[in-house]
Amino acid sequence: MIAAKTILAKLSDKWMFLALAAAVYLSVLIFNAGLVDVAILRFAQLCIKIMPAFVLVFILMFVCNIFLDSPKIMRFLGKESGAKGWWLSIVAGVLSSGPIYMWYPMLADLKEKGMKDRFIAAFLYSRAVKIPLLPVMIYYFGLPFAVVINLCVIIFSPINGWLVEKITKSR
Amino acid sequence: MLKKIEIKKSLAKTLRAFGQFLPVVSGVLLLLAMIDAAVPKSFYSQFFSGDKLIDSIVGAALGSVFAGSPVASYVLGGGFLAQGVSLIAVAAFILAWVTVGIVQLPAESMMLGKKFALARNTVSFLMSIIIAILTVLIL
Repeated sequence: MIAAKTILAKLSDKWMFLALAAAVYLSVLIFNAGLVDVAILRFAQLCIKIMPAFVLVFILMFVCNIFLDSPKIMRFLGKESGAKGWWLSIVAGVLSSGPIYMWYPMLADLKEKGMKDRFIAAFLYSRAVKIPLLPVMIYYFGLPFAVVINLCVIIFSPINGWLVEKITKSR
Repeated sequence: MLKKIEIKKSLAKTLRAFGQFLPVVSGVLLLLAMIDAAVPKSFYSQFFSGDKLIDSIVGAALGSVFAGSPVASYVLGGGFLAQGVSLIAVAAFILAWVTVGIVQLPAESMMLGKKFALARNTVSFLMSIIIAILTVLIL
């Protein structure tokens, strides 16, 4: 019991989360082994699918670590950056690709160097605009819908960022 | 001119950050794969009642829980429209699909802070409903 407690204490939250996901698979395995087979196949497909985004984020993080230090981040995405910070975060969000969770480590890194919460939230919200997928959106919902909803997302991204920072700053 | 030592230092820092991130992203992917395998696509449509406001909340809630490629949300949304679900509900669904993530919430909390993750997901959830209503009103 004590040994188990010591092991649990040593495991970080990150590894605990992975252990929890593995525990879900083990539980399902008892009742439905076929479902686990399908899930593992989907997991492999997802891994292959996110690989390009994974490489892109790694390269971007590496380049940022070389060229962007805290004073530069503070100037472009810190407290005093003003409109420039909004534009940078929204344009970067619109242009970014891959799943949302791929961007967490880079954003965590930039936050540590001084990027404000409002810009992180605006970046993550403006990712709802998917330029490469616009034809698919137009095909299913029509051009007027695609134009209006994407414009609304861009307009609401700074509002989202502002609100999130208001909440995170409040006690 | 960049010094070799600076490049090495940056590479080590990036690898360290990715090393910390790997168990989190693996956990997220495992859970997403299990949900994808366990829940058939036809499962979603049964939750819509026909009331536009309630359906927009249901749409945003479904979009928040399930994740995957945005294309999947467009295909599902197109299917919902064909079944008579309102455009407001479908718009809230496709917006929440990309901006809110319940499965990714633990990962976001660990990397960007619990308060930030909760605030961002809550605001984004409400905003997906507001933007959906606004979009249909403008149209």
